[in-house]
Formats: sequence, structure tokens, C-alpha cells
Amino acid sequence: MTAPFELSDDSVVVIIGTGAGGGVLANELAQKGVSVVALEAGGRHEPQDFINDEWDSFGQLAWLDPRTTSGDWRVAKDFSGLPAWIVKSVGGTTQHWAGASLRFQDHEWKARTSYGDVEGASLLDWPINAAEMDPWYTMAEDKLGVTRTGDRPGLPGNNNYKVFEAGAKALGYKDVHTGRMAINSDENRDRSMCQQTGFCFQGCKWGAKWSAGYVDIPQGEATGNLEVRSQSHVARILHNDTGKVTGVEYFDKDGNLQMQKARIVCVAGNSFESPRLLLNSASSMFPNGLANSSDQVGRNYMRHMTGSVYAVFDKPVKMWRGTTMAGIIQDESRHDPSRGFVGGYELETLALGLPFMAAFLDPGAWGREFTTALDHYENMAGMWIVGEDMPQATNRVTLNSDVKDQHGLPVANVHFSDHANDIAMRNHAYQQGQAVYEAVGATRTFPTPPYPSTHNLGTNRMSERPEDGVVNKWGQTHDIENLFVSDGSQFTTGAAENPTLTIVALAIRQADHIASEMSAGSL
Amino acid sequence: MSDMNGPKGLTRRQLLSRASAAGASFVVGAGFVAAPNGAWAMETAVLKPQTMATLVQMARDIYPHDQVGDEFYVIAVKGYDTDAAAGGIEEGVAKLNAAAKAAGHDSYLAAGWERDRVDILRGMEDDPFFQQIRGGLVTGLYNQKAVWPIFGYEGASYEFGGYIERGFNDINWL
Ligand SMILES: Cc1cc2nc3c(=O)[nH]c(=O)nc-3n(C[C@H](O)[C@H](O)[C@H](O)COP(=O)(O)OP(=O)(O)OC[C@H]3O[C@@H](n4cnc5c(N)ncnc54)[C@H](O)[C@@H]3O)c2cc1C
Ligand code: SF4
Repeated sequence: MTAPFELSDDSVVVIIGTGAGGGVLANELAQKGVSVVALEAGGRHEPQDFINDEWDSFGQLAWLDPRTTSGDWRVAKDFSGLPAWIVKSVGGTTQHWAGASLRFQDHEWKARTSYGDVEGASLLDWPINAAEMDPWYTMAEDKLGVTRTGDRPGLPGNNNYKVFEAGAKALGYKDVHTGRMAINSDENRDRSMCQQTGFCFQGCKWGAKWSAGYVDIPQGEATGNLEVRSQSHVARILHNDTGKVTGVEYFDKDGNLQMQKARIVCVAGNSFESPRLLLNSASSMFPNGLANSSDQVGRNYMRHMTGSVYAVFDKPVKMWRGTTMAGIIQDESRHDPSRGFVGGYELETLALGLPFMAAFLDPGAWGREFTTALDHYENMAGMWIVGEDMPQATNRVTLNSDVKDQHGLPVANVHFSDHANDIAMRNHAYQQGQAVYEAVGATRTFPTPPYPSTHNLGTNRMSERPEDGVVNKWGQTHDIENLFVSDGSQFTTGAAENPTLTIVALAIRQADHIASEMSAGSL
Repeated sequence: MSDMNGPKGLTRRQLLSRASAAGASFVVGAGFVAAPNGAWAMETAVLKPQTMATLVQMARDIYPHDQVGDEFYVIAVKGYDTDAAAGGIEEGVAKLNAAAKAAGHDSYLAAGWERDRVDILRGMEDDPFFQQIRGGLVTGLYNQKAVWPIFGYEGASYEFGGYIERGFNDINWL
């Protein structure tokens, strides 16, 4: 039922990338009868193809095209060619994701107003607010089947969660539960129920976890309005001399350059590739890249304030059994400057297998201090910290013309340094996380540094005023009316919550807007 | 590992009679490294056997796990025994031995205490050779499926139906 559209068909909407943003947008537009060509750099990987093995799965799904790094973040030293741990596949990073699906808190939509003028931060209020987003969030929760929303029950807690919950309660935390997860928790739904396999990061072989790749994409294709071309890497967005975009050039699966015409182009390649593509599309009319009159394309890169806390106990935990992200403490997510920083953070359980634990517990470390930690791998529990980081104009994605990818295109350089607020928040979170485990008898705790980024946000940010950002409240670029941004790079600020539910809600909302503007003839 | 059974079909006794001690943990002979008790042996193709023994000791000193046998460290470094890699490795091990001599030992393997060998390694921590060996071990050692059970890690679970009926929430000491 896949719809084959002609390369010369200039009535189609072209979507670049099929992850949380692009995959959902493609399905939603197709459901509304809009013709869509989705171009995806990665291949197709269905649940039966996923591998219960950390490195093999990484090799199968991760984005491994070259990138470079700079700035004082530790990732630039330990993983200099791998600033992010994200996916190149139909479905994008929703193949890998853990499924935590949280709404922003109301005050986070107006970060500049809530937090005031934070030195060195380029904070803005979003041009949308909580009330406006409420119905779109509900639709997103229903699409993803988020537990503890609607009539969906929570997941059962695994061993890692039980340790975490006991510690949290001992510390007096109140808002502690097994999370709002896009993982099916009962048997009476279209996706199968979570079997507690414990390889959520490697792609859920049961299909219990939502992924755009095996949920939204096939739904869209079934309408006959969506054609997905996998292994198709978009190199450049083209425009005419009135400054409207007209199509894209891409390398097909055989490495041949093709040109697909388009009525509208939506960019959803995640927060490194989307700005890279806009910058690589520079022309004599737009010498600084497309949609970049503000000079904001690539700036304000956010990755969430993260880190992990692992702990060793005198008895077994076996944290790898069951859902990778099995529960949450939300008490610290409030904005309470008395803690010494603005914004807040969530604590969420996390488990890594032995191979990834060896790579990520303390990258570069060696000797007995390190190996005695791994010796007690079976007795380990773990949690991940995710909090709001400050946007900074100097944290940015730029083109590195000294390094080219396999298609000869300049790669993205990712520059990042923590803001003082990020550091203060991380230190607070380390202390609280360690206290949680010490409250239930941990004999040793490990404040573990951030991994390569899994949440990448902000590099084409949404703003009320064209001079402050790249896109308006619909994700439409301020400069070019038929060019949209549809992924996490639209984020004005990051909030404390994992971003995907918000990316999905924005994509559903954007689809509604684009379809109605198209039928009104104004796009 | 077939080459763990002794080079060229030698018996354990024959093997050990052709070998001499390399540090406390290894014996080396013409073209092979073995455990002093002959429990395993490995033929080398390009690297000097003494170099391979040094690499294995270095691997253990970088990521020491007393419950993990030498054979796993051998597997983790034997990929360097190729024409492409060997030149750099011989050079690196020569540097390591020179650092050991400067610290008053006959060679790296001759330094009897782990603490002394670790001091030598700390002194060359930023050296690309050290980083190459350390970096390679992260996957070379910890991504061996045969090593996982030693740490209690159970690996793939899909084919067993996940943990829903197999103890995902069986903790009993809280
Ligand atoms: C291990 C892990 C766990 C996570 N857990 C959670 C979680 O629990 N909760 C949560 O909210 N979020 C989680 N995330 C983050 C979440 O996956 C991402 O925020 C989300 O998928 C981002 O959506 P996106 O549309 O911006 O990009 P992606 O989903 O990354 O999709 C981008 C797609 O665009 C494609 N692409 C890029 N450039 C081009 C090009 N030039 N041409 C064609 N195609 C291109 C890519 O191949 C990719 O498929 C997790 C991420 C990881 C890695
Ligand atoms: S734990 Fe549940 S959601 Fe995660 S991979 Fe297994 S079945 Fe899927």
C-alpha cells in the first residue's frame, strides 16, 4: 500500500527524518489525506531484527557517521567522535528510547519569566503555553499508550525500582512511582505487553514499547498517502528565487544523488543534523544557511543536565532484569531556587548491561578502584538524572569543513560547555541520588558523568520574535513559509522532563496546522 | 579457543620443557606463551612471545579481576598479533620495559608487585600505546560473552521470554 510518488511531483510534503518528530508528522499528515514522501538516512529495522546485545545493537542502529566535538564537556574528551548516542533508522531514536513520557510543568513553558535573567543563559519563554498544549499532550499520550495516563495502569516495579523506591521513601520523597511510560502495561491493547526483557535501549523485540518505526510509519503507509524512502540521506534543501523551498537533493541507497520536488519541506533529523542541513543548504540568496537570518540556526544547543548514580550493595539486585527505566522520583523537578539553581530535575532508574557499564561508569578509568566496582555488578542499582539545562548562545552546532562524511558533506561540530547552573544542579542531584541509595544500605556509590547525549534540543529554537529564534509557534521557519522544523531542535528551552512526549505532541499539532493551511490554500 | 590446547599438539609436559618463565604468571617458548601449569597456551604469529606475555600482564593490571582467568585477557589482546598491529605493539612494549628499567626492574614482567607495575603504567597513562590497549580492552574484555557469567550478567533474555516469569522483581532483602 506504499504510495510511490514521482521525483517531479511538487505537490508532496517532504519530511526529512522519521524519528519522534518526523515519523509522527508523516503518519498524522497521511491520515489527513496529505501526500508525504519521508526520506530517512537509516534503514528499516523491525522488532524481530533487534538484537539483545548492547554493542551489536549499537552497531545495528546507532548514528555512526562522523561528527566532531569541542568545548569543556567531558564527552569531548572521552567520546570525541560520538557527541550523541542516537539512532539512524526508520523510527529514529524512538527505536532506542526508554519510553519515559512526561509533560512539561506549566512554569517550564515560560522559563525566562519563571527563572528571570540568568547570567550567560539565553532563556526565552516559549510562544506556546501549557493550556494550549494540553489537548495535544492528551493525543500524544493516547498515541504512545503512556502508562498512568488515561485508563492505562502503571508497570510493575522491577528489582532496580524496588531499591530506588525504598531509598526514596526512606529519604521522605513522596512523588515516587513506576513512571509514565510508552510501554504497554496490559494485555488488551494493539501492542503486546511488556515482558520485562530489559533491552529497551536495544529496540523492544516484543513491540511493547512505542516506536515511530513500527507503529506510526506502517499506519501512515497503510493510508496509501505515505512513501518512506529509507537509506536516503538528504544533502541539501533547494529554493527558488522568490525564496520558497522547492525540493531536496538526497543520496539514495546506492549513493546516487536524486532530486525530489516538494510543496513543503519539514526538517526532522534531530538537533545535530537539522541545523547541519540548513547550514549546508546555504546559497547566494541565503549565504548563512536557510532560515538563518537570525543567526540562531545551530545555537542554544541543549542536552539536558544529566549524570547517573550507581550504587553497590552487599546483596544482589540484578538491575538489568526488566524495564530499563523502571521508575521515577519527581520531588526535585520543581523550581525552587533555594537549592542554589533554577529549574529542577527528575531521577529515573536506569540499568546498563555489563558491556556498557564498563564503557560508561567512569570513561577512561582503570585499575582496582574501577574494577572492584564492576566486580559487584550483580549487586548494583542505578539511576539517571535528567534536569533542565540553560540554553547558551555559544553552545552550538556549526559546520566543520575540515571533516567530510561519506557523501563529501561537511560534518557537524558540536560545541558544549556546562553553565554554572547546570553544574550546581548536577552536584545537588548527585548528592540526592547517593543519599537515596545510602538510605537502603549502599556500601559504595558512584556519581557517574554524563553519557554521549541522548536528548538533543534547541538548535532551531522556537521564538515569538524572528530575531530570537528560527521557527514560530507552529515550527514554521520565520524566514521561509513552506519550510518547517519538526523535531526536538525546535525546543525553546529543555524543561526537566524527557523530551519525546513533547516532540510528539508538537508534531501532532503541526500536522493539524499544515493540513488546515494547505486546504485553506495558504501554504 | 583451539590454540589454548597447546601449540602443534605438544603435550603439557613437552610444552613446559621448551619454555622459560616470563614473570610469575607466564612461560614463553619459541612462538608461544603459556600458563606456568600448562593450563592454556597460545601460539603467536607475529609478536614475540615475550611481548604477548607482557601485553596479557598489562591487560590484567589495567583491568584486574581476580576471578577472571588469564585466558580471557589473552583473548582480549590477541587481536594485536597481526602484521598490521605488531610493529606498534613491539614499540610500545619496548617503551613499557624501558620505563620498568628506569624504575629499577629488569622488565615490566619482572616487577613482582602489581603496585609497582601500576606505577609504571600511571607514568605512561597519556601515551597513545597505553590508551590503545586500555581502550581496546573495554570491549575486548567486557564484551566477551564467556566473561559475563563471572560477573553474574545474564545477557540476552528475549529467547527465554524475558524476566516476567524469571525474577524481574525477586529481590528479597529490602
Ligand atoms: C538510549 C536512549 C534513551 C532515551 N530514552 C528516552 C526516554 O525515556 N524518554 C524520552 O522522552 N526520550 C528518550 N530519549 C530521547 C528520544 O529518543 C529523542 O529525544 C527523540 O527520539 C528525538 O526525536 P527527533 O525527531 O528529534 O530525532 P530522532 O528520533 O533522532 O530522528 C531523527 C531521524 O532523522 C534521520 N536523519 C538525520 N539526518 C538526516 C538526513 N540528512 N537525511 C535523512 N534522514 C536524516 C535520522 O537517521 C533519524 O532517524 C532517549 C534516547 C536514547 C538514545
Ligand atoms: S522491558 Fe518491556 S519494553 Fe523493555 S524491551 Fe523488554 S518488553 Fe520491551
